[in-house]
Amino acid sequence: MSMPTTDVAMEVRATAALVEARGVTRILPGLVPTTLVHDVTLAIGHNDFVAITGPSGSGKSSLLYLLGLLDVPTAGEVRIRGRATSAMDEEERAFTRLSTIGFVFQFHFLLPEFTARENVMLPMRALRRLSQREMRERAATLLAALGLADHVDKRPDQLSGGQRQRVAVARALANAPPLILADEPTGSLDSKSSEQVFEILRELVEQHGKTVVAVTHDLEFARRMQRRIVLEDGGIASDDGKGS
Amino acid sequence: MNLVLDIALTHVRSRARQSLVAVAGVMTGVGFSIMMAALMEGSQADFMRQLIDALPHITVSDERRQPPSQPAESLYAAVRIHGLTPESRRRGIKNPMATVAALESWVPGAVAPSVQAKGILRYASRDVAASIVGIDPHREPKVSALVKQMREGTLTSLFRANNAMILGDRLAEKIGAKVGANITVQTSDGARLNAQVVGLFHAGVRSVDEGTAYVLIKTAQILAQQTGLINEIRVRVDDAMASRSVAQRIERESGYKAVSWQEAHEDLLGAFVVRNVVMYTVVGAILLVASFGTYNIISTITHEKTRDIAIMKSLGLPEVTVRRIFVIEALMIGIVGALAGWAMGYGLTAALGSLEFKVSGITDMTRLPLIYSPFHYGIAAAVALGSSLIAGFFPARKAARLYPVDIIRGAT
Repeated sequence: MSMPTTDVAMEVRATAALVEARGVTRILPGLVPTTLVHDVTLAIGHNDFVAITGPSGSGKSSLLYLLGLLDVPTAGEVRIRGRATSAMDEEERAFTRLSTIGFVFQFHFLLPEFTARENVMLPMRALRRLSQREMRERAATLLAALGLADHVDKRPDQLSGGQRQRVAVARALANAPPLILADEPTGSLDSKSSEQVFEILRELVEQHGKTVVAVTHDLEFARRMQRRIVLEDGGIASDDGKGS
Repeated sequence: MNLVLDIALTHVRSRARQSLVAVAGVMTGVGFSIMMAALMEGSQADFMRQLIDALPHITVSDERRQPPSQPAESLYAAVRIHGLTPESRRRGIKNPMATVAALESWVPGAVAPSVQAKGILRYASRDVAASIVGIDPHREPKVSALVKQMREGTLTSLFRANNAMILGDRLAEKIGAKVGANITVQTSDGARLNAQVVGLFHAGVRSVDEGTAYVLIKTAQILAQQTGLINEIRVRVDDAMASRSVAQRIERESGYKAVSWQEAHEDLLGAFVVRNVVMYTVVGAILLVASFGTYNIISTITHEKTRDIAIMKSLGLPEVTVRRIFVIEALMIGIVGALAGWAMGYGLTAALGSLEFKVSGITDMTRLPLIYSPFHYGIAAAVALGSSLIAGFFPARKAARLYPVDIIRGAT
């Protein structure tokens, strides 16, 4: 697995956007090929809080998956910290996701057989940078910071929807990635839990220096974020960020 | 604990019912195939033992493989002689006691001289041809299972009466003689004597039971009208399977024809080859059917975890790790199933072995002949593990190859 050395990484970080799309197009092959994302070019810098909105079927989620290396563009290029990802093999892409990107989905997607702590520890155990004890402690700290101190050893089916989503956020933060991608993180929650999760994401940006990109159809939340990218038919309809 | 092992263990544990069904599937396959193999190979071994016990392992007769060359032929090598009356030789093994002693010096087992004669047994105006074997009641127990085969009387009963005779039970039935009956024996050379039946034996091989009578060597020599005649040496080899090579050496050294039990029963041994093919086909079919069951259950479990595979991949767990989780799960089920199958196979075999059957014609109860072979256990477990491995590997590889987004898209 080839990773830039720390010095090079620092240098790259200073000059390049955190995540960048250049002419990204994604076409679903099939009898009638469907264009999900069409020729999108954008750049998201450090410590940004970005909303991707648009009508359903406009390609919001698809764009997010492409930015998060969960999907491979049909044409164009996604760059993470200035590094082209098209040349990466599957193992390298997996490692980049593991160390650089944290995901929060509309559904919590926790492993049902494992406790909250074990779910949060999963990415750490895959990365293997901490000792077992450090992982346990970090997981507990993350969960406590999200108000789940009492639920560390509960399994997902013993938690409420909002609590599960907060466990998912804790899991996304497990390896301290600079970039958090959220796909309708409040989509399946009631308004109180939604507000809670939104506040957590905002704190991550304002107090912890993370970059959060969230797909949302909730215009109220989008209005409270730093930058709004509106998609229509797979392309960018408007973008009120300066771009970088 | 190792991440892969931990996830695999948790999966297997948290789906206890499904895992148990899978384990039970592997267990039944392994268990029944072990039982079948034990039964089929056991019955064959039992039959083989009867075959080996029915006759001495090797019989050395006074014949030669090649007809002896006639004096005229050896004198005139280039001439072909028709209508020559061959020189007749005196029957019997030359210097029999020295030959027996020579054999005893190296053959791993026991050696006993005997006399073979042919005669017609006559009793109550019924005539049956039989081969009459003269034996030494003290040496015979060392070379054949005759002692164990005695149904009435003992070998030493031969000393009790003049011209005492032990008959095969079917032979006795044929002529209608019971122990104590006085029967007449007549040979083709005209010798004739009165004999008394002092015992019956049952070897379990029909041709022997209905065509053999045992007498003392002396009595047989009288029937053959040749004193001091020994025309057959019977050998029992410690390792019955080595009989063929021992027979070959006897033949090489003495020049007399030595026939091992394998050679004598060549046709039956040929039938065993066919029987073995049948056995391996049956056992193989059981294992195959069982492994389809195993494959079915394990691949279903893996398929149901497709969403988890997508989740783990989206978090950034490498494909290899994800695949390994499911292979290890399958292996756990396979190993536990194989071990349980061993226990089940052993139990089934033992249960079958404890059954008693009443077989017509034999007075005592018989049990099913079974053998316990580590080879059967090994093969059954290997096939079970192999199919579990395949059942875990291929669905997991397929799922792990998918882009997680394809699964996540489907889930939302």
